[in-house]
Amino acid sequence: MIPTFAFYLFATIVVASGVMTIASRNPVHSVLWLILAFFNSAGLMLIVGAEFIAMLLVIVYVGAVAVLFLFVVMMLDVDFAALRAGFARYLPFGTLLALVLLTEIVFAVAAWNASGVATAAKAAPVNQNVPNIEALGTVLYTRYLYIFEGAGLVLLVAMIGAIVLTHRTRRDVRPQNVSLQNQRRPKDAVRMVDQPVGEGVKL
Amino acid sequence: MGNSLTLTLPEVVLSLSSLALLMVAAYAGDRTSRVVSWLAIASLLVAALFIPGIIAPTGIGFDGLFVADNFAAFSKVLIYIAAAASLIAASGWFSRGGVFRAEYPILILLSSVGMGMMVSAGDLLTLYIGLELQSLSAYVLASFQRQDTRSAEAGLKYFVLGALASGILLYGVSLLYGFTGSTMLSEISVALGRDGVSTGELFGLVFVMAGIAFKVSAVPFHMWTPDVYEGAPTPVTAFFASAPKVAAMALLTRVAIEGMGPATFEWRQIVIFMALASTVLGGVAAIGQPNIKRLLAYSSINNVGFALIGLAAATREGVASVLFYMAVYVVMTLGSFFCVLRMRDAAGNPVESIASLSGLSRNRPGFAAALAIFMFSLAGIPPLFGFWPKFLVFNAAVQADLTWLAAVGIATSVIGAYYYLKIVKTMYFDEPAPAYEPSTDRLGGALIMAAALFVSPLGYFSIPLIDRAAQNAAGSLF
Repeated sequence: MIPTFAFYLFATIVVASGVMTIASRNPVHSVLWLILAFFNSAGLMLIVGAEFIAMLLVIVYVGAVAVLFLFVVMMLDVDFAALRAGFARYLPFGTLLALVLLTEIVFAVAAWNASGVATAAKAAPVNQNVPNIEALGTVLYTRYLYIFEGAGLVLLVAMIGAIVLTHRTRRDVRPQNVSLQNQRRPKDAVRMVDQPVGEGVKL
Repeated sequence: MGNSLTLTLPEVVLSLSSLALLMVAAYAGDRTSRVVSWLAIASLLVAALFIPGIIAPTGIGFDGLFVADNFAAFSKVLIYIAAAASLIAASGWFSRGGVFRAEYPILILLSSVGMGMMVSAGDLLTLYIGLELQSLSAYVLASFQRQDTRSAEAGLKYFVLGALASGILLYGVSLLYGFTGSTMLSEISVALGRDGVSTGELFGLVFVMAGIAFKVSAVPFHMWTPDVYEGAPTPVTAFFASAPKVAAMALLTRVAIEGMGPATFEWRQIVIFMALASTVLGGVAAIGQPNIKRLLAYSSINNVGFALIGLAAATREGVASVLFYMAVYVVMTLGSFFCVLRMRDAAGNPVESIASLSGLSRNRPGFAAALAIFMFSLAGIPPLFGFWPKFLVFNAAVQADLTWLAAVGIATSVIGAYYYLKIVKTMYFDEPAPAYEPSTDRLGGALIMAAALFVSPLGYFSIPLIDRAAQNAAGSLF
């Protein structure tokens, strides 16, 4: 009862926020709707028992991708009204492509079902007693540890490369130097003056 | 697990030391570049001592993902030597053109880790990760002098074409996995031998070969080589022409022999075509080159073609001759590039034109003699050591009933000899060009001298040593 209710709740909100992502006039609102869609699809994944994918959706899509979108939308000066201007003009063509895609999906599913492959063989065997995060972790950190660490090094090289190729020390800015700030004492900065009446302040 | 870790000690040492040096570089800045560079050389030395097969016993780690046999040991020693040499080459060169940045030795170390993973790959996954680690570092190194447009262009070109090659390779890997049911080289070999080579497997094999051929820059996947070699800073070019070539060649050999042994008939056609095309194109296209770095790029394409003739034999002798060839090739190429590093005009600016070498023998007889030795040796002219690996390669081809291939190879090596000899002629018989700036780099001079002695007829004394090591290494693949 509760899973069914949760499914319909999440599914409705995913579809609704998907529509709102496209429909809302303010691009920042669009991104926020998108984040809501991601959260709810993570909920759907939890219901089917794929908790690893649910976590990935939240961490990668909400945490990184959507925030990146938000930055881009806010920082780039894009005239979204102009982008939308051709909506009615391109609608027939877009609808046509969508129909082709839909037909293909239907055909593919039909062909898959008619191909006579045993259903059990279509999916990888799943051990019901082990949560899939644990199952993935066991494989990743034992059997494939070597490759996993290698992939980590690849990412490190990518990071070093990005810094080496783009970072430059600029002379025309004055960055904050914390140790210099901490070394500054009151006697360097503060002066006690007994100001005589009727004279200007000496600076 | 413990045993697996001992087998990967060279990679572990290199990774950890690159991380530690990265910290030094991040906090102490570019002032410490020279120290970092020497520490990197020291860690390459330490890593070399830990290579299984040198002192420690060989073995297979991580359930077959990592193979530490004599073949990997031989290749790793060559790779580490080449990496150390390109580190020595870099420190003097970069500091004259601005700042020698501390990330250079670190990227070379990480690239060496990748090359170690490549030559020890017992699985297509390991192969791919190693290849990417090596390539990604190489892309950054190619555009290391980012103010220089040629360097930036070289990096971009290398990156785009390298990514394409990785895609091709991965496509082949996915096909092989789909049709044989495994990514392990040993199991692929079993599956290929079970019931002949199916069309799907053949497609996978072709794509994998094409992807790796890009990395060894064999024709027709060589287009990037001259541009990248010309644009990249000279020490980086020296690195590209030596260590990654050895790694990719060893990788190709291992995949061909160990993973696709039962499909020898199929891949032999590809290798023979690439060998012939590389030797011919590497010889012909180099003739009109006015730039010494471009010329050496074509020379490396040419040499890879000869090494592939050894691989085409697909015998134990063939593999041994490939390894022997790569060992001598690395020394000859590094020697030539160390000479190119010393080509600076009177104002100290690096020059790369072959015309500037005119009459070098009258101003700098020693320099000219060393470069002439390398050129004669690259051409494979008999009294010099460069002749011997070519002989071994042709000999292996003849023993494998590929006499025609050896004959064509000998003919193309004559074409190649033309442009090597043209450089010698320019140095000894042309009117002198303005003299080069006298070099103060004593270490570089000593290395040139050592390399020149190795490729001179004196090198024949090292045949028993290298031959035994190469035979041992080749034996572990059969």
